[in-house]
Amino acid sequence: MGLELFNTLILCLLVVVAVLSLWVRDLVVSAVVFAIYSFLMCLLWAEMGAVDVAFTEATVGAGVSTVVLIATVFNLKRKAKD
Amino acid sequence: MKKAAFILILCIGLLLAWAAKDFPSWGDPQSPASSSPVASHFIANTGVDTEVPNMVTAVLADYRGFDTMFETVVVFIAGLAVFSILRGGPKNRTRDREFVVDFEPDLIVTNTVRLIVPVIQIFALYVLAHGHVSPGGGFQGGVAMGASFILIALSWDLKTALARFPIERCFTVAALGIVIYAGIGLLSLFLGGEFLDYAHLAKIFPVSPEMARYHAMLGVEIGVGFTVTAIMFALYASLSTDGRMRDGL
Amino acid sequence: MFEDGSIFNQLLVERLNYFIYVVLLLIGLWAMIAKNNLIKKLIGMSIFQTAIILFYVSIGVKEGATIPIYLPEHDPHGSHAQLDSNQTDLLSHGAKVLEASAVPNYTNPLPHVLMLTAIVVGVATLGLALSVCLRIYRGYGTVEEDELLEKLEREDSRKAGGSNKRRPRRRTPANKGGTAGQSKRGQTTEKTKSDKPTPRRRQASKSRTKTNGPAKEQPKSSNKENDKTKPVKRRRPAKKPKEDES
Repeated sequence: MGLELFNTLILCLLVVVAVLSLWVRDLVVSAVVFAIYSFLMCLLWAEMGAVDVAFTEATVGAGVSTVVLIATVFNLKRKAKD
Repeated sequence: MKKAAFILILCIGLLLAWAAKDFPSWGDPQSPASSSPVASHFIANTGVDTEVPNMVTAVLADYRGFDTMFETVVVFIAGLAVFSILRGGPKNRTRDREFVVDFEPDLIVTNTVRLIVPVIQIFALYVLAHGHVSPGGGFQGGVAMGASFILIALSWDLKTALARFPIERCFTVAALGIVIYAGIGLLSLFLGGEFLDYAHLAKIFPVSPEMARYHAMLGVEIGVGFTVTAIMFALYASLSTDGRMRDGL
Repeated sequence: MFEDGSIFNQLLVERLNYFIYVVLLLIGLWAMIAKNNLIKKLIGMSIFQTAIILFYVSIGVKEGATIPIYLPEHDPHGSHAQLDSNQTDLLSHGAKVLEASAVPNYTNPLPHVLMLTAIVVGVATLGLALSVCLRIYRGYGTVEEDELLEKLEREDSRKAGGSNKRRPRRRTPANKGGTAGQSKRGQTTEKTKSDKPTPRRRQASKSRTKTNGPAKEQPKSSNKENDKTKPVKRRRPAKKPKEDES
């Protein structure tokens, strides 16, 4: 009963990765770390039994949205001030 | 500013944490969301009503078809808005970028992509068509298909990808997807049912009402897949070139 | 502190998942408010959104339930196959309404459906926000919020002053992204608002981009026609001075 160890581990990792993607100054690195965040989220949803949502997140969150973010940063300055 | 923001989110966090103690515990089968009659109805009746084993697809495309249709319209409008925001405005503001993309397409990369892309596209079609009995559907298949075009653009250059899928055709295909979706809805309207009430399609197709719903859902998913494919690629093409449709990433 | 019934026990042990959703949501909210870079704000927005989606999906979890796809014994098609494989008429008669005892075997599909579309719409709206960022960068040359506010303020005070003297928008000390040529640009091009880019443009292009062959062969008084006929494929021309004041 209750939260399993696997879920707890991933939830804690999620917080770490979320903070990390906002903490780094390089926007490309930020986008890539955000892809890791999305992938962990996908893993968590697959474990929760939401297979369709996990599939969507794997294609959209970890795939397309990373590419779109990097494509945008390509046209902007790569370094952020904070 | 940052201190004020910190205090603000701390207050919000305390409020939310205070509210969290009233929520049901993890995986409680008696929680209000799980014991609601709507969810139970969907779980119990999907098989009888539509013969679709995957309840998520059934609820997505049939029971809540209106919702999904306008979500697709939202995706379409967002793609159009990205295109027109970046296309219009001050022209010729050619700025230098920090990275200079100056390369010939790599032999190994392009040949690998040449092998991979057909597999990705077949997988995308499989996901789209097999969404009734396994995880998948129009959104996932469409995104995977769009990703294959993005992969072409990344490994060669954008011009190569745009030669295969021009940006004008993107929006034509996206609009066609919505037309397919709305057309199936309107067809069932003209056949005497309500909008998106697929069971009435059995009047013109030689199938039972349940199988009519089953197959109409496939048609609807194909429409969604068209729109999502085209818009994902248009999104990438617009954003990576800053709307100029050349010299992309 | 962690004995049964205390608020900490309730929050951090029994309902740890909700606590972490709250933390994720707050991280996203904090980034949207306090981060300086617009792209970082958008990443924060995505984290916020994902936290809410996570909350919704976890609401549908049931202990001991499987994914919301019918098992073979409940599968309408599976039951027909056993019933009669020849007569298609019987297809609709094979399926039965699931008995109430079997309902808890399946995860609640409704939150999944609601959130599935939300994810796809989320990436579309993220693209829209990124395109607005690109337009801001096109107009102001920065996506940092403080620089942006400074420039907007400058522009407002210029308009409020009503002076006819047009000052270039980019002539701010805060703009560190440019080169040495950029900071002087405003002074020199203020009077010559012609369509003729000065040699400064060449200078800037040399300093900023790793130019390749064709750039060096560029004639001194390059204009737009020359730009189009140049056989350059991947080279980006540098900033044009005159457009900074439009």
